[in-house]
Amino acid sequence: MHNKETLIQWLLATVALSAIAVLALIIIFIFKEGSPVIARLGLAKFITGTKWSPTRGMFGILPMILGSVWVTLGALLIGVPMGLATAIFLAEMAPPGASRILKFAIQLLAGIPSVVFGFIGLVILVPFIRQWIGGPGFSVLAAAIVLGIMILPTIVSVCYDVFKAVPEAYREGMLALGATRWQTIKMVVLPAAKSGIIAAVILGMGRAIGETMAVIMVAGNATKIPVSPLEPVRTLTSNIALEMGYAIGEHREALFATGIVLFIIIALLNTLARIVARSEKV
Amino acid sequence: MKMTDRRITLLFTCITGLTILILVFIIGFIMVKGLPGLTLSFLLESPKEMGRTGGIFPAIVGTVLLTGMAVVIAAPVGVLTAVYLTEYTRDTWLPKIVRFGTESLAGIPSIIFGLFGFLFFVIYMDLGWSVLSGALTLSAMILPTIVRTSEEAIRAVPDAYREVSFALGSTRWQTVTSVVLPSAKPGIMTGVMLAVGRAIGETAAVIFTAGSSLRLPGTLLDSTRTLPVHFYILAREGISLENAYSTALVLILLILVINITAYAVMNRLANKGR
Amino acid sequence: MSETEAAQDRACKISARNFSFFYGEHCALRDINLEIKRNQLLTIMGPSGSGKTTFLRSLNRLGDLIPGTRHEGSLEIDGTDVYSPGVDVADLRRRVGMVFALPVALPMSIFNNVAHGPRMQGIRHSKKLEKIVEKALRDAILWDEVKDRLSDHASRLSGGQLQRLSIARVLALEPEIVLLDEPTSGLDPISTLKIEELLWELVDRYTIVLVTHNPLQGARIDSETAFLLMGELVETGSAYDIFTRPKDKRTEDYVSGKFG
Ligand SMILES: Nc1ncnc2c1ncn2[C@@H]1O[C@H](COP(=O)(O)OP(=O)(O)OP(=O)(O)O)[C@@H](O)[C@H]1O
Ligand SMILES: [Mg+2]
Repeated sequence: MHNKETLIQWLLATVALSAIAVLALIIIFIFKEGSPVIARLGLAKFITGTKWSPTRGMFGILPMILGSVWVTLGALLIGVPMGLATAIFLAEMAPPGASRILKFAIQLLAGIPSVVFGFIGLVILVPFIRQWIGGPGFSVLAAAIVLGIMILPTIVSVCYDVFKAVPEAYREGMLALGATRWQTIKMVVLPAAKSGIIAAVILGMGRAIGETMAVIMVAGNATKIPVSPLEPVRTLTSNIALEMGYAIGEHREALFATGIVLFIIIALLNTLARIVARSEKV
Repeated sequence: MKMTDRRITLLFTCITGLTILILVFIIGFIMVKGLPGLTLSFLLESPKEMGRTGGIFPAIVGTVLLTGMAVVIAAPVGVLTAVYLTEYTRDTWLPKIVRFGTESLAGIPSIIFGLFGFLFFVIYMDLGWSVLSGALTLSAMILPTIVRTSEEAIRAVPDAYREVSFALGSTRWQTVTSVVLPSAKPGIMTGVMLAVGRAIGETAAVIFTAGSSLRLPGTLLDSTRTLPVHFYILAREGISLENAYSTALVLILLILVINITAYAVMNRLANKGR
Repeated sequence: MSETEAAQDRACKISARNFSFFYGEHCALRDINLEIKRNQLLTIMGPSGSGKTTFLRSLNRLGDLIPGTRHEGSLEIDGTDVYSPGVDVADLRRRVGMVFALPVALPMSIFNNVAHGPRMQGIRHSKKLEKIVEKALRDAILWDEVKDRLSDHASRLSGGQLQRLSIARVLALEPEIVLLDEPTSGLDPISTLKIEELLWELVDRYTIVLVTHNPLQGARIDSETAFLLMGELVETGSAYDIFTRPKDKRTEDYVSGKFG
């Protein structure tokens, strides 16, 4: 009996290790495939090079790095205020019944596949920008809006949970002192939820940087550094997805190297999220 | 004072309304555009001329096969991992590593899973572009979701149940299988369904591992095309916008049904707890 | 059975020698020396926090499940220390059944609640299980109330019924010892009396340790009684002695209702 239990415990531990095994395999395979080209070109030249021209053997991904950064920042600029306002409304202002239904609707928004988001952006947003704002329509702006909407559910649901975790007594104390609801939210709820909100923002950032299909369809994918939000842009993820289908040899390696850079950015964000989570506990 | 309060409430109500409006608009738009083309023959026929005409039957089969297999692989691994993390964590370092692994995996973008699946399953394991490669890649991708939701569901099982079971002379494993998992089952099912919803809509991880063949897969080693991949190719290459809309409608309806069922199960749980 | 064995049997089922139990640094039981005879009903009394539950949970080693606990001294059942390395804990818990203070319905039918223990022991035969369940429910004086709805979810039972179901669940395993931790704390007076009567019926077949922090109940049950205070065993004796001529001042204070 006892032996059987020990055996089961070890079997479970082995199964549980599969997650870390997958992670290790991902790292090993992508680094193995992508690092030779970085070694050959030099890391600095790879990430600061401004020319991406596979046919001429030029692999500089600075435009894509900046592209990912711009698009992500833009998405945060749209998604965070909207998400925060929605979460505050749902957690602090709406009647509980309405709040439950609305929250459910926002969860459904999270379920819509990224290709569909991208497609709606392609047929509605891109022509709209072209006609009313300017430029070709395929742009940083279009990508930022689509991504901003896509990260909304993440921001809303994380912030909502954080607000709900703020003890009711805090609010009652403020309200008893004669503060209005908004003052209470501003002076008690938001400060108490600060690190949770930061965590939500980091999570949304990870989503935005990693998103691929939606961005491809609306960003225009030009490999130059955009100087205005109305210009087309290519992100790290789109760079991989666009050319994987036909790339061979060094070109393909360079795409995996792009993957390495993306992976490292995500790893840094994860670490940041962990630090924030830890600081909250203290 | 009261003025600003009212204004801010109004503003936040509007922003929430806008968020909901976006959802309604997306679903409504796809519905209106996609409904005319959505016929029984569209669902049951094979595509012709790259999908310009004909139906989407092979893509439906491909989606069901890929997602189904991914769940069959990931669900047991995920649930057992959650069991290990919640019920067997006497040692300190092992669960920490496991948790680090699942959390990190959860943050990895699907395109990276696609790259990895291509290198590892398609090339290294020599499975080619196939149902199997796609399903294995997807299963790795949904594993963290299943672990996290199962863990939550298992932690919600009252300790008193475990104590009673132990006091009746059950071993830990007997307690897990006969008391803990049955109580956590609805919560675990919700998590699995949410993971399925995510897998169905996935494109980037699938397109480089399962390929995009339009033919019905005869074996698990044949390439196949899922609904989102088919939709992406139709829309991006401008093959047929009409069929793209109808494909998107099928995809969205599928996901909505699964997600609504999942949340309904979850809500029933919450109500029972009260 | 040889004569010496028989003598030993009558003499002592459970014996604690200098037994102490710690939650981390906190000493919840200190140097307990206590003997409980076979087929005896022992009532343990004491105020809240005195270590009554801790003592019961040491006997079936449920205390082990809490990290950071340890013990000193010895705690023997039939002359074997329950903490000795060779002991099969699952088997020990089957022999030493426990009924908790708060009645818990496992999330399954009434029938399955009672059948749970035997099933885990490998009894699968449905006729046999039915027989075991019926006997256990009859012994717990619950059969007549539930015989027509065995497949109902157990959470539908009343508190008193649920507590008797907990007892039936333990009896289904045919234990040697039954531990009851304040089994009547949440019950109305009639259900309480039912359970108290039940105990006197069971004591012919089992060794019973009953915990209560209600002196009135101790007096009513009128069994051998041990008085615990802050982890120490203050005195033991018949309930009559404890209530009418306590040897220790602290016992006197407690039974006369001065504290606890
Ligand atoms: N899990 C635990 N961790 C730490 N200390 C504990 C734990 N359980 C009990 N204790 C402590 O051990 C002491 C004895 O507790 P125990 O539960 O045995 O008391 P009790 O006599 O059963 O009280 P009550 O009548 O309230 O049930 C108490 O001081 C309590 O705080
Ligand atoms: Mg107690």
